[in-house]
Amino acid sequence: MHNLKKLVWALLIVPVIGFAQVSEYQLENGLKLLVKPDNRAPVVVSQIWYKVGSSYEHNGITGISHILEHMMFKGTENLGPNEFSQIIAENGGSQNAFTGRDYTAYFQTLEKDRLEISFRLEAERMRKLIIDDAELLKEREVVAEERRMRTDDNPRSLLREAMNAMAFMNSPYHHPVIGWMNDINHYDPEDLREWYQMWYAPNNATVVVVGDVEPDEVYQLAQQYFGPLAPEQLATVKPQVEVPQRGLRTLQLKAPAELPYLMMGWKVPVVTTAEEEWEPYALDVLAGILDGGASSRFSRELVRGQQVAAGVSAYNSAFSRLDDIFTIAATPAQGKTVEDVKQAVFAQIDKVKTEPVTETELQRVKTQVIASSVYQLDSVFYQAMQLGMLETVGLDWRLVDSYPDKISAITAEQVQQVAEKYFIEDGLTIAELIPVATDNAPPRPTSGDPHAR
Amino acid sequence: MLVKFIALIAGLLLATSAVASPQIENWQTKNGTQVYFVEAKQLPMLDIRLVFDAGAARDPKGGVALLTSSMLNQGTKNKDTDAIATAFDDVGAEFKSESERDMAVFSLRTLSKGDALQPAIDTFVEVISQPSFPEDSFARLINQMKTSLQGERQSPSAMADRAFYQQLFANHPYAAMPIGTETSVNEINIADLEQFYKQYYVASNAVLVIVGDADKNQAKALAETISASLPAGTKAAALPKVAPLETAQEVRLPYPSSQTTILMGQPGLTRDDADFFPLYVGNHILGGGGLVSIISDEIREKRGLSYSAYSFFRPMREAGPYQFGLQTRNDQAELALEVLQQTLVDFVEQGPTAEQLVAAQKNITGGFALRLDSNSKIADYLAMIGFYNLPLNHLETFNERVDAVTIEQIKAAYKKRVHPQKMVTILVGGEAE
Repeated sequence: MHNLKKLVWALLIVPVIGFAQVSEYQLENGLKLLVKPDNRAPVVVSQIWYKVGSSYEHNGITGISHILEHMMFKGTENLGPNEFSQIIAENGGSQNAFTGRDYTAYFQTLEKDRLEISFRLEAERMRKLIIDDAELLKEREVVAEERRMRTDDNPRSLLREAMNAMAFMNSPYHHPVIGWMNDINHYDPEDLREWYQMWYAPNNATVVVVGDVEPDEVYQLAQQYFGPLAPEQLATVKPQVEVPQRGLRTLQLKAPAELPYLMMGWKVPVVTTAEEEWEPYALDVLAGILDGGASSRFSRELVRGQQVAAGVSAYNSAFSRLDDIFTIAATPAQGKTVEDVKQAVFAQIDKVKTEPVTETELQRVKTQVIASSVYQLDSVFYQAMQLGMLETVGLDWRLVDSYPDKISAITAEQVQQVAEKYFIEDGLTIAELIPVATDNAPPRPTSGDPHAR
Repeated sequence: MLVKFIALIAGLLLATSAVASPQIENWQTKNGTQVYFVEAKQLPMLDIRLVFDAGAARDPKGGVALLTSSMLNQGTKNKDTDAIATAFDDVGAEFKSESERDMAVFSLRTLSKGDALQPAIDTFVEVISQPSFPEDSFARLINQMKTSLQGERQSPSAMADRAFYQQLFANHPYAAMPIGTETSVNEINIADLEQFYKQYYVASNAVLVIVGDADKNQAKALAETISASLPAGTKAAALPKVAPLETAQEVRLPYPSSQTTILMGQPGLTRDDADFFPLYVGNHILGGGGLVSIISDEIREKRGLSYSAYSFFRPMREAGPYQFGLQTRNDQAELALEVLQQTLVDFVEQGPTAEQLVAAQKNITGGFALRLDSNSKIADYLAMIGFYNLPLNHLETFNERVDAVTIEQIKAAYKKRVHPQKMVTILVGGEAE
């Protein structure tokens, strides 16, 4: 039950070439099924992806997709609280779930003969969940603890949260996936029941199975267990297109910390929104030029050459559902300041805007993408993640196969063009963590309201 | 409906399937390196792990082992840092160094086809056998360690870890963090690294793991090349035994966080411990089995006190920690700690129920295939088997040894080995409101 932002970031940097064929099916009730055989080991991973996450939420109920994910383990018409987990455990399975901005997904990994258990249980909780009032009150406390651990007591997470809230004014990427603490403390059972009713239906779900299986047998199983479920009249998702940014946005955040930290984010299009189809791929290549391995520009020039940063990273999120930001984050080296790092990063940005990247660098990034696409086939879980994620953000899962080709087609001129077009001050948000000494800071009040119940 | 549903699920439990272990080949190179090889030709890639008995347990001063491992890819006789980075990246190869308390691990993942394999292996061999320990990289990495040490002091869990190991292992080499301290890092010089490298980075102190797209002849040639690039040397000496705790110890570190991070524990298991299986299975029931374990049930499911509450053994060359942990809002830290302690006391006194034991055994044995379902997981297992000198049939016999564990064995092992009244407890956090 994680919000696996980190994993997702890693995922987006380097998608895959597929060796095995994917079989695609759709049940009459709208449920989509993707099956990819991989017989290297006698295991199967089964994932179910719902098109709902924090980017579907509005103020006041932020994080409701995430707590609903927790409640999905708390009992159905035919399963007691935690019984889902007990059954999977007794069958030697490993299982969990994660919520992101654009999806909520549940997964089990099992011996290949036990896929039926996964389908039976997932079909049950897709339509027969029970939101028990007392269980919800307890789970609100668990989620509040999760938020304290992941965000409130982690200065860099706090900064990232504040940066998203500033960079996105009306886009729902403004909200943190886990929700604001005050919203967490005030979910009602009825809020969750409505949310569940609205989104948990076969016509809003994709089941992905990767492992030592026969696609048609998996399809039969899916028909048996998911086939009888009734579809739902789904709500229309409003576009919520971010308003144009008109000028630099900066923020400072003070928190108990020892190290300053800098984050910079530029508004960029993604594959689902790009008017020029190649642009998000050129931005991916640019991220590779800046931060793809120890030979990248950031490692070579900022960490080793100028020694201005202890660490510096660049991320592009090409596969988000809505327009996103290209993020650079940096920790100043010993004796250097956030300002020093910022100027060094700007100099690097100027360079990619004014000079084409070299053919050697470009080729290196392309080679890395192709190699990674092979390495990622080592994990059945990861293969399933890529298929499910693409399908759920509204893209074609075949992009898994065509991604290396899209990257290979990018030219040095295109990399320069996206840098010029998007790395502009009017699209930039800069966030700075200002450390407050930890040894003499007063104890912070626990966020939220511990006396609420 | 409920009855029918459960019956259907129960029926499925009967269908257990036997899972084969990978075919492990083991031999020794001419120069004295133990090699563990599994052929896996389905994907055009190769994984190599070179493991030295050269972790922080061997540190002459804190940070030397870690820094030595980080310096290998910083320069060789013929290549500077940029040239090494480029040599790996140009062929899409991934090189990684890690250094914990027992092991220093060097990993290479490379494509096995085309022009990638040979350059990647050549660079790997050069890096591990001809490091030049350049001055500028040394100064930069020392600075990065200082930054990491600062970063530790803004993380309650990292601060708790350091205090936990310090209290638990006192004068044993396991007490120190691999990254050292501000003081020890300042005292390191390049001669320390050269000396450490010379003593421990030798063929007879290494285990080599190869998994992937190679046949045995290719693996043998590769192993000879890697091993022959190092002097034969001698194996590292035995480590001292870990002393048991004499009394309970509690350390409270004030920190302005909204939660208190709690760690509790005592010395636990060696990799070849006679009580390994009863304690491993027992702990799976108590706190190792995720959301269905007793600790998670008491702390999270019943009381909503923490997002994560767990216990685990970390078996090492000598007795590694038996660790319990959770984080909770400051004003309920005492309550959560009491529940954790009481849960442990009850378990030591009463042991598991028959149902709990069977459920844990089914979970562990039924999940066997999952723990070996990728080349990288197989490579990790081989490194463990090789480094800790476990029998080659460790994986094959694992399930039957788990199934052989009885309630009485768990109770006896917990009574003998686990002492709730003599635990180290660390609390990092703020005062309650």
